[in-house]
Amino acid sequence: MTDSAKNLHTEQMVINMGPSHPVTHGTVKFTVTLDGETIDDLKVDIGYLHRGFEKMCENGTWEQVMPYTDRLNYVSPLINNVGYALAVEKLFGVQAPERCQYIRVIISEMARICDHFTNIAAGAMEVGAMTVFLYFVEARDLLWDLLEELCGARVTANYVRFGGVKNDLPEGFGAKTAQAFETCRKLWVDVDKLLTKNRIFIDRMRDVGTMPAQEAIAHGFTGPCLRASGVPYDVRKAQPYLVYDQMDFEVPVGETGDNFDRYLVRMEEINQSMRIVEQALARIPRGPINLDMPALRWQSKDDTYNRIEALIFHFKTVTEGVKPPAGEIYSAVEGANGELGFYLVSDGSGKPVKCRVRPPCFPLTAAMPRMMRGRLIADIVPTFDMINMIGGECDR
Amino acid sequence: MIADLTETIVKILFIFSINVGFYAPILGWVERKQSALMQDRVGANRANIFNFKIIGLFHPIADAVKVLTKEDFIPEGADKFFHTLAPFLSLTPAIVTFAVIPFGGAYELWGHPVKLVIADLNVGMLFIFAFASLSTYGVVLGGWSSNNNWSLLGGLRASAQMLSYEVAMGLTLIGVFMVYGSLRLTDIGMIQENFFRWGIFMQPLGFVLFFTCAIAENKRAPFDQPEAESELVAGYFTEYSSMKFVMFWMGEFLEIVTISGIVTTLFFGAWHLPFVTDQMLVSFFAGAGPNGAALLAMLVNVVVFFAKVSFFIWLMMTIRWTLPRFRYDQVMRLGWKMLLPLALINIFITGIVLLV
Repeated sequence: MTDSAKNLHTEQMVINMGPSHPVTHGTVKFTVTLDGETIDDLKVDIGYLHRGFEKMCENGTWEQVMPYTDRLNYVSPLINNVGYALAVEKLFGVQAPERCQYIRVIISEMARICDHFTNIAAGAMEVGAMTVFLYFVEARDLLWDLLEELCGARVTANYVRFGGVKNDLPEGFGAKTAQAFETCRKLWVDVDKLLTKNRIFIDRMRDVGTMPAQEAIAHGFTGPCLRASGVPYDVRKAQPYLVYDQMDFEVPVGETGDNFDRYLVRMEEINQSMRIVEQALARIPRGPINLDMPALRWQSKDDTYNRIEALIFHFKTVTEGVKPPAGEIYSAVEGANGELGFYLVSDGSGKPVKCRVRPPCFPLTAAMPRMMRGRLIADIVPTFDMINMIGGECDR
Repeated sequence: MIADLTETIVKILFIFSINVGFYAPILGWVERKQSALMQDRVGANRANIFNFKIIGLFHPIADAVKVLTKEDFIPEGADKFFHTLAPFLSLTPAIVTFAVIPFGGAYELWGHPVKLVIADLNVGMLFIFAFASLSTYGVVLGGWSSNNNWSLLGGLRASAQMLSYEVAMGLTLIGVFMVYGSLRLTDIGMIQENFFRWGIFMQPLGFVLFFTCAIAENKRAPFDQPEAESELVAGYFTEYSSMKFVMFWMGEFLEIVTISGIVTTLFFGAWHLPFVTDQMLVSFFAGAGPNGAALLAMLVNVVVFFAKVSFFIWLMMTIRWTLPRFRYDQVMRLGWKMLLPLALINIFITGIVLLV
């Protein structure tokens, strides 16, 4: 049998998976060299969603970059907003008022929950469990309704401002959140029942796409994928920003670093994020939501129209942009996929000299060939989903 | 002679209209509605005629119009002959296999004996296997002739999967034949007049194994590797459009009906209600005269049979919308290392029980 197999003339098949293929959401292309169904080699081609984010930033004022950040990780845009605002505030050397910090924590965690919902939903759908997909999309929609009420948009939020946020929490936000979370938890339990002990699902995810901790660190993994490998690194704990140090939450870690651990870590993080939101809503203090610093944060419209100083500041900041002192900083937040960093360079003018984003999913995507070599073509599906590559963020 | 011919034609027309005319279009709707129910959605409800929507039942008609007016596309470099032949090879067996499945008992109408089965073959089950194997050709040829790598992979997966599961399925059924001592499906149906002789009680393990193999043979989730849309785009029918696509699609749905029919016949008392024999039915309707009584009894048989068939269709759809998909190697492992040994054990146990 083995002899005849050796003598058979066989060829490798090169197959293009993507850019338009059901599994390559986020638009990416895999050039897969197949030996039967086994992957001999896999090349990742990214850049299909390249929009020139960094170049656009250099041509806009500091404020005008904010809506662009919505389009980075478009599944959790609010975290990008917060990350960018924190970076610019670090350049200025200021801190937002406490109430604003609480609001930012709440929206960041909601965005994280939405991201994890979407990720697990899509992953389940791609291994064939369509019902799970719609359960979690329903849960996500409940949170999107809340965010829509908060900032008027479901995806392109553009809610955070330097030194503040666009508006305060709407009336009854806490009660509505509690209500939405109740339904979300029910759906979470349903999905948990459908997947976590499902033999087929476990077989598809266990020991697929495994990354040992050392290699994961070497590849630059962060976020749930790194934690699934057993490294308890979370920016919220390692370098606490906003009011995360006052929040009581756990950082779930996995053991083996395979897809099933990534799934479990994300499921648990949904719970932890809900806890954070509930704590923040319970403790949120009264007070201003914006810094009283006209050179950075616009005054209220009332002031702008009625006070000459406010009008001048408004005119200057809108036409020239806010002007942070010259310098360069790196500031990171815990994005839904991992460490989302902003490296900003300012020369003291109204426009960034450089606005570089450290996307969490780029190193993850880069590890695809390492994880997939020697596996079956069907293993690309759950692995690529658990990597959670988001085109808008990876390609920029 | 004329009476025989008329009888056969009437039965063929009846089964054809039920399968192709009723089940095939309605199952598309059922699948949408059932998945919608399971997923907190509304499901198909937009197609309307003069604003009458009747819970989306016009969707099959809209679908038909759509596929009939679509371009019939043959990809460049495809083998035109086999590309066209494949859907026929896939659909025909699905329609033909129902010929040997009995949907009612044997009665006498106007002095003419009538059996509610189109072809009462003494090798009924083997006939079904032969035709089920033929449908593999449709899938493999479709994958091969499309000149598309995804289709090719889908076709190869399909051939390996269907062949493997046919082995396990055949061995599972040997237990059934040992118990009933016949390959003729009408005989098997007749024996199950006695409620305690239903296949599910005689061969519980056999039922589970057969049902699993049958779903795999049908290539539906969790065994839909040949089409696995997230891996292979649409597998073997990636390059099919218009009516040819629909023929694959109808073939799949009709296979569901056929499988449910076989399961009903072999394991769930065929056309019988529990504790009710055909003789009891005829005497119950005796007031309608001998012919009327036979006709009414037939009607009850047919309704009971298709009610059971519909139940299994529902069961298969529920499974399809609940479970994720296996990986290809896991399917093969399940087939050869789990189902096949279990089927052998089943035969062994059945043999011992029969001897003792």
